[in-house]
Amino acid sequence: MKKKRYSNPYLTGIGLGLVMLIAFWVTGLGLGASGAMMRTVVAVEKTVAPEHVNNNFYLKKYGGEGKSPFKHWLIFEILGVFAGGLISGALSGRIKKETNKGPRINNKKRWLFAFIGGGLFGFGARMARGCTSSVALCGGATLALGSWATMIAIFAGAYLTAWFARKLWI
Amino acid sequence: MTGPLSITLNINDNIIFLIYFFIGIGFGFFLERGGFGNSRKLALQFYFRDMTVFKVMFTAIVTGMIGMTFMNSFGWIDLNLIYLNPTYLWPGIAGGLIMGIGFAVGGYCPGTSVVGLATLKQDAVFYIMGSLFGMFVFGEFVPVIKNFFYSGFMGPRETIYKTTGLTIGQIGFFVIVMALLGFIGAEKAEAHFGKKEN
Repeated sequence: MKKKRYSNPYLTGIGLGLVMLIAFWVTGLGLGASGAMMRTVVAVEKTVAPEHVNNNFYLKKYGGEGKSPFKHWLIFEILGVFAGGLISGALSGRIKKETNKGPRINNKKRWLFAFIGGGLFGFGARMARGCTSSVALCGGATLALGSWATMIAIFAGAYLTAWFARKLWI
Repeated sequence: MTGPLSITLNINDNIIFLIYFFIGIGFGFFLERGGFGNSRKLALQFYFRDMTVFKVMFTAIVTGMIGMTFMNSFGWIDLNLIYLNPTYLWPGIAGGLIMGIGFAVGGYCPGTSVVGLATLKQDAVFYIMGSLFGMFVFGEFVPVIKNFFYSGFMGPRETIYKTTGLTIGQIGFFVIVMALLGFIGAEKAEAHFGKKEN
């Protein structure tokens, strides 16, 4: 199947905005992503060391006594995100085992930096109480003050780092 | 019917979970459509060569914002009942900066990495493993920085219009104008810096 071009960004944005609106209208909760990953981490920790989860004020919120970290809307949403990505990718012939990177580095280096970048993003997302989905997208649309501060900080951090990371991408 | 329906119709959790699976499908579908499964396309935003991230994000924000404001004034949704991100200013800014560094280095954000995984991007696998590790570290480390984690608190539902004393309409108008100017700038930037990509 021939690989199709990506959709028009403005139409894509309207589509995402409408999905967000439906989410707020039906559940009042909006969208998210990093919370589902945090819940996965807590689920593992709870299996290995349940007492440790109970004794940590932060982990306790997700999986303290009697709470199942997976019994949460974010888990079902993120499974949907995976399915939606799969559907769109399949329709457009874009499901392909590959590593996206700049021309000047090899795959192994890209994987290493993907791990490091993911680690930083994951750490920062928990510190800011949400990532680009919940904070920047939904907090942006609801005009939450802290969300706009975080969103501006995300772009600032990325643009300040871009020069140092240029070998990875261009 | 006035939303959020989960509250006004008292829908039970299991049905909400099922609904969220379908909302997630919509979310993932549009992310992939827009090219967000491809880390390099995302990262090129930070070199002004491909401004898709900015365009999609701000179109979505403006669409959501206009939609919610109108729905509120039509009586279709009660904005007092929807989730609003609480404002803890200092960890919000510090966390944002760290996320930004992670974005430029890792290429993805958490939501887009799941779409990358769904379309078999190997770098997305490493990114997700890194994210889980970073979150694990944060969970273990946060008791040490508990005071900082709760610093700069300005209220559970603080908004730009409340802080500035302006109306939601005035702020909304300003956001729309900024977004439109941003789109013009983004098109110009792509035309200039994006040449190397074609």
